[in-house]
Parts: sequence; C-alpha cells; structure tokens
Amino acid sequence: MTKRIPVVEKILSVNDRLALENQARFDSAGVLALNFMASPGAGKTALIEQTVKGLQGQVRIGMINGDIATSLDADRAQAAGATAIQINTGGDCHLDAVMVQSALAQLDLTALDLVIIENVGNLVCPAEFKLGTHRSVLVASLPEGDDKPYKYPGMYRGVDVVVINKIDLLPYVPFRMDFFKKGIEVLNPGVTQFELSCRTGEGIPAWLAWLEKQVREFKES
Amino acid sequence: MHELTVTESILEIALRHAREQNARRITGLYLVIGEWSSVVDDSVQFYWDIISEGTIAKGATLHFRRVMAELVCQDCGQEYRPTSENMACPKCGGTNVKLKSGEEFFLEAIDVDE
Repeated sequence: MTKRIPVVEKILSVNDRLALENQARFDSAGVLALNFMASPGAGKTALIEQTVKGLQGQVRIGMINGDIATSLDADRAQAAGATAIQINTGGDCHLDAVMVQSALAQLDLTALDLVIIENVGNLVCPAEFKLGTHRSVLVASLPEGDDKPYKYPGMYRGVDVVVINKIDLLPYVPFRMDFFKKGIEVLNPGVTQFELSCRTGEGIPAWLAWLEKQVREFKES
Repeated sequence: MHELTVTESILEIALRHAREQNARRITGLYLVIGEWSSVVDDSVQFYWDIISEGTIAKGATLHFRRVMAELVCQDCGQEYRPTSENMACPKCGGTNVKLKSGEEFFLEAIDVDE
C-alpha cells in the first residue's frame, strides 16, 4: 500500500547543521568570521589586501580562500600579511560548510581575531550555503552594472554588509547609484553599506574603523 | 549549478524518513522550490536518475511545486510580484516591503510503499 509521509525538511539542513558547528568553533575561540561574496573581479581579494594591511598590528587575520583551481588569491592575502588557507573547490561554484570545516583543521584559531572566508566569485550559489560565519559581506562594484540587486535578489537579501567598490569609476561608467540603492533598500532594508575604492583608498578608513569595532565588540561579548 | 549536492541532500533526507517508517520503496517526492532559490528542476531530475540508482528510491517520481516571489508593501498592504526593473511597491512607491514567498526550498512529503 502506498502512503504519503509528511517530511517538511529544508534540503540544505545538513549543511546548515555543519555551519552551526563551524560557528561554535569560531565562538569559543572568540574569533569573528566573515563570508566575503561577490561576482568574479568585483575586488574581494583587493579588499582583503587593504584590510590586512590596514589592520596590521591591531587585528590578527586568518583567511580561507575558495577558488576553483588556483591559489593566486591566497598568495596575495599571504603576501599582505595574513595566515591563508587555500581550498580548491575542484569546479564547485561555492564553498560549503564541510569545506570550511576541513580548512579550520589547518588554522590555529587561538592565534587569530578575525577570519575572512573568500567565497568563489559567483552571485548565485554562495547565497544558498551557510558556512558558519557571523556576518556576510557582499562586494559589489560599479562596472558590474546597477541592476545586480534586481537580478540576484537572493544574494542581496541574505547579506549583512554591502561594500560598493570601484567608486573612482563613477564618472566613466553608466551606473545609477540611486537605482542600485533602491534595489538594496527593498531587498535588505537598513543593511550596512560602504562606498570605497580599493585602488585609490577612498572610503577604506571608514570600512577599517567599522571592522575593527566589530572585532573588538565580538571579543568583549 | 550545485544541483548534484542538492540532489544528494534530497536523497539522504528521503531515505532517512523512509527508513524511519520501515518503507520498502519510495515512489514519489514532493519538492517545493521558491523562485529566488536558485535550483533548476531539470538538473535535479538529471542527477536524481543517476544517484537514486541502487536505492529504494530508484524510479521515484519527482514532483516540483514552484512558488513565485511575492512581496507585501508594509505601508499600503499591496501584494505584488517584483519585476527586474522595479521592486518597490507599484501602488504607493514604498520600499518598506517584506517577502511573502519565493525563498522556499524543502522536501514537503514522500510517497512510500509499505
């Protein structure tokens, strides 16, 4: 006889559970963890370089980098002074909680204050897979176009911070800042935003001050 | 793009629930997928046919229920579907809105033979 069994279980519940385990490890070490997401070329690695240099001597930073094949980004972060672990996803379009768990085994959290996880460059898949980080940071950039919140609502809804990079290009690219921001406002009202340029350094101090405060408050909590 | 992982998850959840009920066979799965959760039905079906092979779920039919994204304006109460050009309320122009549906992604039920 056939019968119907109600299940009502989230498909990614296994990943969600592992993400909570990762978060517990960060919590017990007093380490703030960030998930950096963006499309390829938006400037995730450039922002990490600026962050590592800018907070040198104040915040001890570890970095987990997810990339499809190379370790170029991890090398850049390491050169800037961070402890970097590379995960090659072997073609996978996103990091998941299991990959982060295995990277954590190679990272001494007691020697760190902040871990930045650089996700695979992609605006679709990373939004679906929780990693166990405390905040998600989306790095957007002007040349991508101002319609991205409208095209990738899932990504823009799920993040805690939107960093708008490459603002030095504003005079040269057709980017309607008000249209872009209206999309963000609908999807994610009150989300923390920064406008900056990793190339010129404009706006970087405000980002660093915010992040340093987040790390400090997390340690004290 | 990550449908293999997703499909493996679906199989794992279905097999676990079937086992708990001592079912002999799984004949159907009912999936609910929101418009804003980035999953492609055809790819899930493609992987399903491969990975369910050799399990009690082999040959089970996948039923997909798609849920459209819908927003509710918190200022005037208007319910509407967002477009790729405009996400603000079409009636009052407000941006204080809540998502009513569209992010679902779960296994609702399974059909089993006892």
